[in-house]
Amino acid sequence: MKNILARLYASLQGLLVPVVLLAIWQYLSAHAIVNPQILPAPTAVIAKWWEYLLPTEAFDPSRSGYLAWLFSGEMIHDAYASMYRVVVGFLVGTVLALPLGLLMGANDRIYKLFNPLIQILRPIPPIAFIPLSILWFGLGNPPAIFLIVIGAFFPVLMNTIAGVRHVDGIYIRAARSLGASQTTMFLRVMLPAATPYILTGARIGIGTAFIVVIVAEMIAVNNGLGYRILEAREFFWSDKIIAGMFTIGLLGLAIDSGMNRLNNYLLKWHRGIESN
Amino acid sequence: MQPQIHISKVSKVFSTGGRKVVALDDINLEVSPGEFICLLGPSGCGKSTLLNAIAGFSPPTAGSIVVDGRPVQAPGPDRGMVFQEYALFPWMTVEKNIAFGLEIKKQPKAQIREKVSALLEMLKLKDFRDRYPKDLSGGMRQRVAIARVLALDSPILLMDEPFGALDSLTRRNLQDELLRIWTKFRKSIIFVTHSIEESIYLADRIVVMTYRPGTIKKIVSVSMPRPRDPSSVEFNDLKKELALLVMEEQSRHNQNEIKVPAAD
Repeated sequence: MKNILARLYASLQGLLVPVVLLAIWQYLSAHAIVNPQILPAPTAVIAKWWEYLLPTEAFDPSRSGYLAWLFSGEMIHDAYASMYRVVVGFLVGTVLALPLGLLMGANDRIYKLFNPLIQILRPIPPIAFIPLSILWFGLGNPPAIFLIVIGAFFPVLMNTIAGVRHVDGIYIRAARSLGASQTTMFLRVMLPAATPYILTGARIGIGTAFIVVIVAEMIAVNNGLGYRILEAREFFWSDKIIAGMFTIGLLGLAIDSGMNRLNNYLLKWHRGIESN
Repeated sequence: MQPQIHISKVSKVFSTGGRKVVALDDINLEVSPGEFICLLGPSGCGKSTLLNAIAGFSPPTAGSIVVDGRPVQAPGPDRGMVFQEYALFPWMTVEKNIAFGLEIKKQPKAQIREKVSALLEMLKLKDFRDRYPKDLSGGMRQRVAIARVLALDSPILLMDEPFGALDSLTRRNLQDELLRIWTKFRKSIIFVTHSIEESIYLADRIVVMTYRPGTIKKIVSVSMPRPRDPSSVEFNDLKKELALLVMEEQSRHNQNEIKVPAAD
Protein backbone atom coordinates (compact mmCIF):
# COMPACT_ATOMS: atom_id res chain seq x y z
CA MET A 1 0.00 0.00 0.00
CA LYS A 2 2.75 2.37 0.98
CA ASN A 3 4.59 1.32 -2.15
CA ILE A 4 1.59 2.08 -4.38
CA LEU A 5 1.21 5.50 -2.79
CA ALA A 6 4.89 6.22 -3.32
CA ARG A 7 4.65 5.24 -6.97
CA LEU A 8 1.50 7.29 -7.43
CA TYR A 9 3.25 10.24 -5.88
CA ALA A 10 6.27 9.75 -8.15
CA SER A 11 4.15 9.70 -11.30
CA LEU A 12 2.18 12.72 -10.14
CA GLN A 13 5.44 14.51 -9.59
CA GLY A 14 6.49 13.66 -13.15
CA LEU A 15 3.24 15.11 -14.48
CA LEU A 16 3.58 18.39 -12.63
CA VAL A 17 5.76 20.31 -15.09
CA PRO A 18 3.89 19.23 -18.26
CA VAL A 19 0.51 20.03 -16.69
CA VAL A 20 1.62 23.49 -15.58
CA LEU A 21 3.05 24.24 -19.03
CA LEU A 22 -0.15 23.03 -20.73
CA ALA A 23 -2.24 25.18 -18.41
CA ILE A 24 -0.18 28.27 -19.24
CA TRP A 25 -0.41 27.45 -22.93
CA GLN A 26 -4.19 26.96 -22.70
CA TYR A 27 -4.54 30.22 -20.79
CA LEU A 28 -2.53 32.17 -23.36
CA SER A 29 -4.65 30.81 -26.23
CA ALA A 30 -8.03 31.08 -24.51
CA HIS A 31 -7.49 34.75 -23.71
CA ALA A 32 -6.25 35.46 -27.22
CA ILE A 33 -2.90 36.64 -25.88
CA VAL A 34 -1.18 34.76 -28.72
CA ASN A 35 -2.58 34.45 -32.21
CA PRO A 36 -4.13 30.93 -32.52
CA GLN A 37 -2.63 30.72 -36.01
CA ILE A 38 0.81 30.98 -34.46
CA LEU A 39 0.08 28.83 -31.43
CA PRO A 40 -3.28 27.03 -31.31
CA ALA A 41 -4.72 25.95 -27.96
CA PRO A 42 -3.74 22.49 -26.67
CA THR A 43 -7.38 21.45 -26.86
CA ALA A 44 -7.45 22.41 -30.52
CA VAL A 45 -4.29 20.40 -31.15
CA ILE A 46 -5.75 17.35 -29.42
CA ALA A 47 -8.97 17.66 -31.40
CA LYS A 48 -6.98 17.89 -34.62
CA TRP A 49 -4.82 14.94 -33.62
CA TRP A 50 -7.93 12.84 -33.04
CA GLU A 51 -9.39 13.91 -36.36
CA TYR A 52 -6.08 13.14 -38.10
CA LEU A 53 -6.10 9.68 -36.51
CA LEU A 54 -9.68 8.73 -37.39
CA PRO A 55 -10.81 7.47 -40.80
CA THR A 56 -11.86 10.25 -43.17
CA GLU A 57 -14.93 8.50 -44.57
CA ALA A 58 -17.90 6.81 -42.90
CA PHE A 59 -17.76 3.04 -42.54
CA ASP A 60 -19.15 1.29 -45.61
CA PRO A 61 -19.15 -2.54 -45.34
CA SER A 62 -19.49 -2.96 -49.09
CA ARG A 63 -16.16 -1.23 -49.70
CA SER A 64 -13.83 -2.57 -47.00
CA GLY A 65 -13.64 -4.58 -43.80
CA TYR A 66 -14.00 -2.91 -40.43
CA LEU A 67 -10.32 -3.15 -39.48
CA ALA A 68 -9.19 -1.81 -42.82
CA TRP A 69 -11.60 1.09 -42.38
CA LEU A 70 -10.42 1.71 -38.83
CA PHE A 71 -6.84 2.06 -40.02
CA SER A 72 -7.68 4.13 -43.07
CA GLY A 73 -7.04 7.44 -41.32
CA GLU A 74 -4.51 9.83 -42.76
CA MET A 75 -2.20 9.62 -39.76
CA ILE A 76 -2.05 5.83 -39.86
CA HIS A 77 -1.09 5.98 -43.53
CA ASP A 78 1.54 8.61 -42.91
CA ALA A 79 3.01 6.77 -39.92
CA TYR A 80 3.09 3.55 -41.91
CA ALA A 81 4.83 5.26 -44.84
CA SER A 82 7.45 6.80 -42.54
CA MET A 83 8.04 3.59 -40.62
CA TYR A 84 8.37 1.62 -43.84
CA ARG A 85 11.15 3.92 -45.01
CA VAL A 86 12.90 3.85 -41.62
CA VAL A 87 12.80 0.06 -41.40
CA VAL A 88 13.91 -0.61 -44.98
CA GLY A 89 16.64 2.04 -44.83
CA PHE A 90 17.86 0.87 -41.44
CA LEU A 91 17.94 -2.77 -42.48
CA VAL A 92 19.83 -2.05 -45.70
CA GLY A 93 22.27 0.21 -43.83
CA THR A 94 22.85 -2.41 -41.14
CA VAL A 95 23.23 -5.27 -43.59
CA LEU A 96 25.94 -3.24 -45.35
CA ALA A 97 27.63 -1.92 -42.20
CA LEU A 98 27.73 -5.07 -40.08
CA PRO A 99 29.94 -7.32 -42.24
CA LEU A 100 32.23 -4.43 -43.15
CA GLY A 101 32.52 -3.43 -39.50
CA LEU A 102 33.26 -7.00 -38.40
CA LEU A 103 35.93 -7.36 -41.07
CA MET A 104 37.48 -3.99 -40.29
CA GLY A 105 37.47 -4.70 -36.58
CA ALA A 106 39.00 -8.14 -36.91
CA ASN A 107 41.52 -7.52 -39.68
CA ASP A 108 44.05 -4.72 -39.46
CA ARG A 109 44.80 -4.70 -43.19
CA ILE A 110 41.17 -4.27 -44.13
CA TYR A 111 40.87 -1.60 -41.46
CA LYS A 112 43.77 0.39 -42.90
CA LEU A 113 42.37 -0.03 -46.41
CA PHE A 114 38.91 1.33 -45.64
CA ASN A 115 39.42 3.63 -42.69
CA PRO A 116 40.62 6.77 -44.56
CA LEU A 117 37.61 6.72 -46.88
CA ILE A 118 35.23 6.22 -43.98
CA GLN A 119 36.80 9.01 -41.98
CA ILE A 120 36.22 11.37 -44.92
CA LEU A 121 32.62 10.32 -45.59
CA ARG A 122 31.48 9.94 -42.00
CA PRO A 123 31.37 13.64 -41.01
CA ILE A 124 29.13 14.51 -43.98
CA PRO A 125 25.61 14.81 -42.52
CA PRO A 126 23.13 12.56 -44.38
CA ILE A 127 21.08 15.70 -45.11
CA ALA A 128 23.94 16.97 -47.28
CA PHE A 129 23.34 14.01 -49.57
CA ILE A 130 19.85 15.29 -50.48
CA PRO A 131 20.76 17.05 -53.74
CA LEU A 132 22.81 14.09 -54.90
CA SER A 133 20.14 11.59 -53.90
CA ILE A 134 17.50 13.43 -55.95
CA LEU A 135 19.90 13.69 -58.88
CA TRP A 136 20.59 9.97 -58.71
CA PHE A 137 17.21 8.56 -57.76
CA GLY A 138 14.67 11.21 -58.74
CA LEU A 139 11.68 11.57 -56.44
CA GLY A 140 9.73 9.05 -54.36
CA ASN A 141 10.94 6.37 -51.98
CA PRO A 142 14.36 5.57 -53.48
CA PRO A 143 16.11 8.88 -52.60
CA ALA A 144 14.47 8.93 -49.15
CA ILE A 145 15.57 5.39 -48.39
CA PHE A 146 19.04 6.15 -49.75
CA LEU A 147 19.40 8.98 -47.24
CA ILE A 148 18.21 6.77 -44.39
CA VAL A 149 20.66 4.05 -45.39
CA ILE A 150 23.47 6.59 -45.07
CA GLY A 151 22.13 7.79 -41.74
CA ALA A 152 22.00 4.28 -40.28
CA PHE A 153 25.19 2.98 -41.91
CA PHE A 154 27.87 4.96 -40.09
CA PRO A 155 26.76 4.57 -36.47
CA VAL A 156 26.39 0.80 -36.94
CA LEU A 157 29.73 0.60 -38.72
CA MET A 158 31.73 2.63 -36.21
CA ASN A 159 30.32 0.79 -33.22
CA THR A 160 30.82 -2.61 -34.78
CA ILE A 161 34.48 -1.81 -35.46
CA ALA A 162 34.93 -0.56 -31.90
CA GLY A 163 33.11 -3.59 -30.50
CA VAL A 164 35.30 -6.11 -32.27
CA ARG A 165 38.47 -4.19 -31.44
CA HIS A 166 37.59 -4.04 -27.76
CA VAL A 167 36.96 -7.74 -27.26
CA ASP A 168 38.74 -8.65 -24.03
CA GLY A 169 41.91 -10.61 -24.83
CA ILE A 170 41.18 -13.10 -22.07
CA TYR A 171 38.20 -14.53 -24.01
CA ILE A 172 40.35 -14.97 -27.07
CA ARG A 173 43.05 -16.69 -25.04
CA ALA A 174 40.51 -18.97 -23.37
CA ALA A 175 38.94 -19.89 -26.72
CA ARG A 176 42.33 -20.56 -28.30
CA SER A 177 43.34 -22.87 -25.50
CA LEU A 178 40.03 -24.71 -25.92
CA GLY A 179 41.01 -25.27 -29.54
CA ALA A 180 38.70 -22.82 -31.32
CA SER A 181 39.21 -22.41 -35.06
CA GLN A 182 39.19 -18.98 -36.73
CA THR A 183 35.54 -19.34 -37.70
CA THR A 184 34.44 -20.47 -34.25
CA MET A 185 36.46 -17.67 -32.69
CA PHE A 186 34.74 -15.14 -34.91
CA LEU A 187 31.17 -16.41 -34.67
CA ARG A 188 31.04 -17.61 -31.09
CA VAL A 189 33.50 -15.34 -29.30
CA MET A 190 34.18 -12.06 -31.14
CA LEU A 191 30.63 -11.52 -32.38
CA PRO A 192 28.82 -12.08 -29.07
CA ALA A 193 31.50 -10.16 -27.18
CA ALA A 194 30.95 -7.22 -29.55
CA THR A 195 27.15 -7.36 -29.31
CA PRO A 196 26.78 -4.62 -26.66
CA TYR A 197 28.65 -2.19 -28.91
CA ILE A 198 26.80 -3.30 -32.03
CA LEU A 199 23.43 -2.80 -30.36
CA THR A 200 24.45 0.66 -29.21
CA GLY A 201 25.32 1.40 -32.83
CA ALA A 202 21.98 0.06 -33.98
CA ARG A 203 20.17 2.25 -31.49
CA ILE A 204 21.99 5.37 -32.63
CA GLY A 205 21.53 4.26 -36.24
CA ILE A 206 17.77 3.90 -36.03
CA GLY A 207 17.56 7.22 -34.18
CA THR A 208 19.46 8.89 -37.02
CA ALA A 209 17.26 7.09 -39.56
CA PHE A 210 14.21 8.55 -37.87
CA ILE A 211 15.61 12.08 -38.05
CA VAL A 212 16.55 11.63 -41.68
CA VAL A 213 13.17 10.21 -42.72
CA ILE A 214 11.35 13.34 -41.56
CA VAL A 215 13.71 15.60 -43.52
CA ALA A 216 13.68 13.34 -46.57
CA GLU A 217 9.88 13.35 -46.62
CA MET A 218 9.84 17.13 -46.63
CA ILE A 219 11.71 17.05 -49.91
CA ALA A 220 11.34 13.90 -51.96
CA VAL A 221 7.91 12.35 -51.38
CA ASN A 222 4.26 13.26 -50.93
CA ASN A 223 3.21 11.26 -47.93
CA GLY A 224 4.62 10.41 -44.52
CA LEU A 225 4.71 12.42 -41.32
CA GLY A 226 7.44 14.78 -42.49
CA TYR A 227 5.57 15.59 -45.66
CA ARG A 228 2.31 16.09 -43.73
CA ILE A 229 3.58 18.73 -41.34
CA LEU A 230 5.22 20.66 -44.15
CA GLU A 231 1.98 20.47 -46.14
CA ALA A 232 0.06 21.72 -43.10
CA ARG A 233 2.32 24.77 -42.95
CA GLU A 234 1.34 25.70 -46.49
CA PHE A 235 -2.29 25.80 -45.42
CA PHE A 236 -1.45 27.54 -42.15
CA TRP A 237 -2.86 24.59 -40.18
CA SER A 238 -0.68 25.11 -37.15
CA ASP A 239 -2.81 22.71 -35.09
CA LYS A 240 -2.07 19.96 -37.58
CA ILE A 241 1.65 20.77 -37.57
CA ILE A 242 1.78 20.31 -33.81
CA ALA A 243 -0.45 17.21 -33.96
CA GLY A 244 1.94 15.75 -36.55
CA MET A 245 4.95 16.59 -34.42
CA PHE A 246 3.30 14.89 -31.49
CA THR A 247 2.84 11.74 -33.59
CA ILE A 248 6.48 11.88 -34.66
CA GLY A 249 7.47 12.06 -31.00
CA LEU A 250 5.30 9.09 -30.07
CA LEU A 251 6.69 7.03 -32.92
CA GLY A 252 10.25 7.90 -31.93
CA LEU A 253 9.50 6.85 -28.37
CA ALA A 254 8.00 3.57 -29.60
CA ILE A 255 11.10 2.83 -31.72
CA ASP A 256 13.42 3.58 -28.85
CA SER A 257 11.59 1.45 -26.33
CA GLY A 258 11.41 -1.35 -28.91
CA MET A 259 15.18 -1.17 -29.31
CA ASN A 260 15.55 -1.10 -25.56
CA ARG A 261 13.58 -4.32 -25.23
CA LEU A 262 15.60 -5.98 -27.95
CA ASN A 263 18.71 -4.83 -26.13
CA ASN A 264 17.58 -6.31 -22.83
CA TYR A 265 16.66 -9.56 -24.49
CA LEU A 266 19.90 -9.99 -26.42
CA LEU A 267 22.06 -8.84 -23.53
CA LYS A 268 20.40 -10.74 -20.72
CA TRP A 269 23.84 -12.22 -19.98
CA HIS A 270 25.40 -8.79 -19.59
CA ARG A 271 26.56 -7.52 -16.22
CA GLY A 272 24.74 -4.20 -16.32
CA ILE A 273 21.31 -5.73 -16.88
CA GLU A 274 19.41 -7.42 -14.07
CA SER A 275 17.85 -10.73 -14.97
CA ASN A 276 14.46 -11.54 -13.55
CA MET B 1 59.46 -42.53 -16.52
CA GLN B 2 59.43 -40.31 -19.60
CA PRO B 3 58.73 -36.70 -18.56
CA GLN B 4 55.45 -35.35 -19.86
CA ILE B 5 56.68 -31.78 -19.98
CA HIS B 6 60.30 -31.12 -20.74
CA ILE B 7 61.52 -27.55 -20.32
CA SER B 8 65.13 -26.92 -21.20
CA LYS B 9 67.22 -23.75 -21.20
CA VAL B 10 64.16 -21.56 -21.56
CA SER B 11 64.61 -17.82 -21.41
CA LYS B 12 62.30 -14.96 -22.22
CA VAL B 13 63.21 -11.33 -22.79
CA PHE B 14 60.61 -8.58 -23.01
CA SER B 15 61.50 -5.21 -24.40
CA THR B 16 59.31 -2.41 -23.16
CA GLY B 17 60.04 1.18 -24.08
CA GLY B 18 63.60 0.47 -25.14
CA ARG B 19 64.29 -1.28 -21.82
CA LYS B 20 64.99 -4.98 -21.85
CA VAL B 21 63.57 -7.08 -19.05
CA VAL B 22 64.77 -10.63 -18.63
CA ALA B 23 61.64 -12.36 -17.40
CA LEU B 24 62.97 -15.92 -17.55
CA ASP B 25 66.54 -17.11 -17.61
CA ASP B 26 67.79 -20.67 -18.12
CA ILE B 27 64.78 -22.55 -16.81
CA ASN B 28 65.13 -26.32 -16.75
CA LEU B 29 62.30 -28.46 -15.46
CA GLU B 30 60.86 -31.88 -16.09
CA VAL B 31 57.34 -32.80 -15.09
CA SER B 32 56.30 -36.44 -14.84
CA PRO B 33 52.82 -37.58 -15.83
CA GLY B 34 50.37 -37.08 -12.98
CA GLU B 35 52.67 -34.79 -11.04
CA PHE B 36 51.39 -31.73 -9.17
CA ILE B 37 53.84 -28.84 -9.51
CA CYS B 38 53.48 -25.42 -7.91
CA LEU B 39 55.39 -22.43 -9.25
CA LEU B 40 55.97 -20.17 -6.26
CA GLY B 41 57.40 -16.68 -6.09
CA PRO B 42 56.64 -12.99 -5.60
CA SER B 43 54.87 -11.11 -8.36
CA GLY B 44 57.17 -10.26 -11.24
CA CYS B 45 59.25 -13.42 -10.85
CA GLY B 46 58.10 -14.77 -14.20
CA LYS B 47 55.98 -17.67 -12.96
CA SER B 48 53.01 -16.64 -15.10
CA THR B 49 55.36 -16.00 -18.01
CA LEU B 50 56.61 -19.56 -17.73
CA LEU B 51 53.04 -20.88 -17.57
CA ASN B 52 52.06 -18.85 -20.64
CA ALA B 53 55.05 -20.23 -22.49
CA ILE B 54 53.99 -23.80 -21.66
CA ALA B 55 50.43 -22.94 -22.67
CA GLY B 56 51.74 -21.66 -26.01
CA PHE B 57 50.45 -18.10 -25.63
CA SER B 58 53.87 -16.51 -25.75
CA PRO B 59 56.80 -18.58 -26.96
CA PRO B 60 60.15 -18.36 -25.16
CA THR B 61 62.95 -16.26 -26.65
CA ALA B 62 65.32 -19.21 -26.41
CA GLY B 63 65.22 -22.82 -25.28
CA SER B 64 62.58 -25.46 -25.85
CA ILE B 65 59.38 -26.70 -24.27
CA VAL B 66 58.37 -30.20 -25.29
CA VAL B 67 55.03 -31.68 -24.24
CA ASP B 68 54.41 -35.39 -24.85
CA GLY B 69 57.26 -35.46 -27.32
CA ARG B 70 56.06 -32.49 -29.37
CA PRO B 71 57.48 -28.96 -29.13
CA VAL B 72 54.88 -26.41 -28.02
CA GLN B 73 53.96 -24.03 -30.84
CA ALA B 74 50.49 -22.78 -30.06
CA PRO B 75 47.80 -23.07 -27.39
CA GLY B 76 45.80 -26.26 -27.60
CA PRO B 77 43.24 -28.38 -25.78
CA ASP B 78 45.92 -30.87 -24.70
CA ARG B 79 46.92 -28.27 -22.09
CA GLY B 80 43.76 -27.06 -20.34
CA MET B 81 44.17 -23.54 -19.00
CA VAL B 82 42.47 -22.07 -15.92
CA PHE B 83 42.84 -18.33 -15.44
CA GLN B 84 42.69 -16.23 -12.30
CA GLU B 85 40.05 -14.04 -13.98
CA TYR B 86 37.98 -17.19 -14.73
CA ALA B 87 37.68 -16.16 -18.41
CA LEU B 88 34.22 -17.67 -18.72
CA PHE B 89 32.24 -16.52 -21.72
CA PRO B 90 29.61 -14.25 -20.17
CA TRP B 91 27.18 -14.73 -23.07
CA MET B 92 27.02 -18.49 -22.53
CA THR B 93 25.20 -20.26 -19.74
CA VAL B 94 27.16 -22.47 -17.35
CA GLU B 95 26.19 -25.50 -19.41
CA LYS B 96 27.24 -23.87 -22.69
CA ASN B 97 30.55 -22.75 -21.25
CA ILE B 98 31.40 -26.30 -20.23
CA ALA B 99 30.19 -27.73 -23.54
CA PHE B 100 32.07 -25.21 -25.69
CA GLY B 101 35.33 -27.16 -25.98
CA LEU B 102 33.44 -30.35 -26.81
CA GLU B 103 31.40 -28.56 -29.46
CA ILE B 104 34.65 -27.34 -31.00
CA LYS B 105 35.77 -30.97 -31.10
CA LYS B 106 32.46 -31.74 -32.88
CA GLN B 107 31.50 -34.51 -30.49
CA PRO B 108 27.98 -35.94 -30.86
CA LYS B 109 25.34 -33.94 -29.01
CA ALA B 110 24.15 -36.77 -26.78
CA GLN B 111 27.70 -37.44 -25.68
CA ILE B 112 28.29 -33.78 -24.90
CA ARG B 113 25.13 -33.60 -22.81
CA GLU B 114 26.13 -36.68 -20.86
CA LYS B 115 29.65 -35.40 -20.18
CA VAL B 116 28.44 -31.95 -19.16
CA SER B 117 25.84 -33.44 -16.81
CA ALA B 118 28.49 -35.58 -15.13
CA LEU B 119 30.76 -32.56 -14.66
CA LEU B 120 27.93 -30.40 -13.32
CA GLU B 121 27.24 -33.15 -10.83
CA MET B 122 30.87 -33.61 -9.84
CA LEU B 123 31.52 -29.91 -9.29
CA LYS B 124 28.18 -29.29 -7.53
CA LEU B 125 26.95 -26.96 -10.25
CA LYS B 126 23.73 -28.78 -11.13
CA ASP B 127 21.47 -26.00 -9.90
CA PHE B 128 23.35 -23.41 -11.93
CA ARG B 129 23.15 -25.16 -15.28
CA ASP B 130 21.13 -22.43 -17.03
CA ARG B 131 22.61 -19.44 -15.22
CA TYR B 132 24.94 -16.92 -16.76
CA PRO B 133 28.38 -16.31 -15.20
CA LYS B 134 27.32 -12.88 -13.93
CA ASP B 135 24.91 -14.60 -11.54
CA LEU B 136 27.63 -16.74 -9.94
CA SER B 137 30.05 -16.08 -7.09
CA GLY B 138 33.79 -16.15 -7.72
CA GLY B 139 34.13 -19.66 -6.35
CA MET B 140 31.29 -20.94 -8.53
CA ARG B 141 32.79 -19.29 -11.58
CA GLN B 142 36.10 -20.99 -10.98
CA ARG B 143 34.29 -24.32 -10.62
CA VAL B 144 32.76 -23.75 -14.05
CA ALA B 145 36.18 -22.86 -15.48
CA ILE B 146 37.61 -26.07 -14.03
CA ALA B 147 34.70 -28.09 -15.41
CA ARG B 148 35.30 -26.47 -18.81
CA VAL B 149 38.87 -27.74 -19.02
CA LEU B 150 38.01 -31.11 -17.48
CA ALA B 151 35.46 -31.61 -20.24
CA LEU B 152 38.31 -31.63 -22.75
CA ASP B 153 40.00 -34.44 -20.85
CA SER B 154 43.40 -32.85 -21.38
CA PRO B 155 46.24 -34.71 -19.68
CA ILE B 156 47.73 -31.42 -18.44
CA LEU B 157 46.13 -28.61 -16.46
CA LEU B 158 47.80 -25.21 -16.36
CA MET B 159 46.44 -23.02 -13.59
CA ASP B 160 47.40 -19.36 -13.25
CA GLU B 161 46.69 -18.29 -9.65
CA PRO B 162 43.22 -19.77 -10.03
CA PHE B 163 42.17 -19.21 -6.43
CA GLY B 164 43.98 -15.91 -5.96
CA ALA B 165 40.83 -13.79 -5.99
CA LEU B 166 38.79 -15.99 -3.63
CA ASP B 167 38.21 -15.68 0.10
CA SER B 168 40.11 -18.13 2.27
CA LEU B 169 37.21 -20.49 3.01
CA THR B 170 36.16 -20.81 -0.63
CA ARG B 171 39.79 -21.18 -1.46
CA ARG B 172 40.37 -24.14 0.85
CA ASN B 173 37.18 -25.66 -0.45
CA LEU B 174 38.33 -25.47 -4.05
CA GLN B 175 41.82 -26.68 -3.16
CA ASP B 176 40.26 -29.84 -1.72
CA GLU B 177 38.02 -30.14 -4.77
CA LEU B 178 41.05 -29.84 -7.04
CA LEU B 179 42.98 -32.49 -5.10
CA ARG B 180 39.97 -34.80 -5.35
CA ILE B 181 39.82 -34.28 -9.11
CA TRP B 182 43.56 -34.71 -9.43
CA THR B 183 43.50 -37.98 -7.48
CA LYS B 184 40.65 -39.24 -9.61
CA PHE B 185 41.99 -38.31 -13.06
CA ARG B 186 45.74 -38.22 -12.37
CA LYS B 187 46.43 -35.22 -14.54
CA SER B 188 49.70 -33.33 -14.54
CA ILE B 189 49.09 -29.95 -12.98
CA ILE B 190 51.24 -26.85 -13.10
CA PHE B 191 49.81 -24.41 -10.62
CA VAL B 192 51.05 -20.83 -10.24
CA THR B 193 50.65 -19.24 -6.82
CA HIS B 194 52.24 -16.70 -4.54
CA SER B 195 50.77 -18.33 -1.45
CA ILE B 196 53.32 -20.47 0.39
CA GLU B 197 50.64 -22.31 2.30
CA GLU B 198 48.70 -23.10 -0.84
CA SER B 199 51.78 -24.55 -2.51
CA ILE B 200 52.56 -26.80 0.47
CA TYR B 201 48.94 -27.90 0.73
CA LEU B 202 48.77 -28.92 -2.92
CA ALA B 203 52.08 -29.76 -4.54
CA ASP B 204 54.28 -32.80 -5.04
CA ARG B 205 57.09 -30.42 -5.86
CA ILE B 206 57.35 -26.68 -5.28
CA VAL B 207 59.43 -24.69 -7.73
CA VAL B 208 60.62 -21.50 -6.01
CA MET B 209 61.49 -18.79 -8.49
CA THR B 210 63.77 -15.77 -8.22
CA TYR B 211 62.83 -12.20 -9.00
CA ARG B 212 64.24 -10.74 -12.22
CA PRO B 213 65.68 -12.50 -13.92
CA GLY B 214 63.24 -15.31 -13.24
CA THR B 215 65.26 -18.42 -12.56
CA ILE B 216 64.62 -21.52 -10.49
CA LYS B 217 65.95 -20.82 -7.01
CA LYS B 218 65.11 -24.17 -5.51
CA ILE B 219 62.88 -27.16 -6.09
CA VAL B 220 61.36 -28.50 -2.88
CA SER B 221 59.72 -31.93 -2.77
CA VAL B 222 56.79 -32.31 -0.41
CA SER B 223 56.38 -35.87 0.80
CA MET B 224 53.72 -35.35 3.47
CA PRO B 225 50.68 -37.57 2.86
CA ARG B 226 47.45 -35.86 1.83
CA PRO B 227 45.23 -34.44 3.18
CA ARG B 228 47.93 -32.24 4.69
CA ASP B 229 47.36 -30.53 7.97
CA PRO B 230 48.41 -26.86 7.85
CA SER B 231 48.73 -26.83 11.64
CA SER B 232 51.21 -29.74 11.79
CA VAL B 233 54.84 -29.21 12.76
CA GLU B 234 56.13 -30.61 9.51
CA PHE B 235 53.90 -28.28 7.49
CA ASN B 236 55.05 -25.26 9.45
CA ASP B 237 58.73 -26.13 9.26
CA LEU B 238 58.43 -26.28 5.51
CA LYS B 239 56.47 -23.05 5.54
CA LYS B 240 59.30 -21.32 7.41
CA GLU B 241 61.90 -22.66 5.04
CA LEU B 242 59.94 -21.52 2.01
CA ALA B 243 59.12 -18.16 3.59
CA LEU B 244 62.83 -17.42 3.92
CA LEU B 245 63.42 -18.25 0.27
CA VAL B 246 60.47 -16.21 -0.95
CA MET B 247 61.19 -13.24 1.33
CA GLU B 248 64.68 -12.91 -0.10
CA GLU B 249 63.14 -12.49 -3.52
CA GLN B 250 60.38 -10.25 -2.26
CA SER B 251 62.92 -7.86 -0.73
CA ARG B 252 64.84 -7.72 -4.01
CA HIS B 253 61.52 -6.95 -5.64
CA ASN B 254 60.86 -4.16 -3.14
CA GLN B 255 64.30 -2.59 -3.65
CA ASN B 256 63.75 -2.70 -7.38
CA GLU B 257 60.36 -1.04 -7.01
CA ILE B 258 61.99 1.85 -5.17
CA LYS B 259 64.84 2.25 -7.66
CA VAL B 260 62.87 2.22 -10.91
CA PRO B 261 59.17 2.71 -11.49
CA ALA B 262 57.46 -0.59 -12.14
CA ALA B 263 56.98 -1.61 -15.74
CA ASP B 264 53.87 -3.62 -15.01
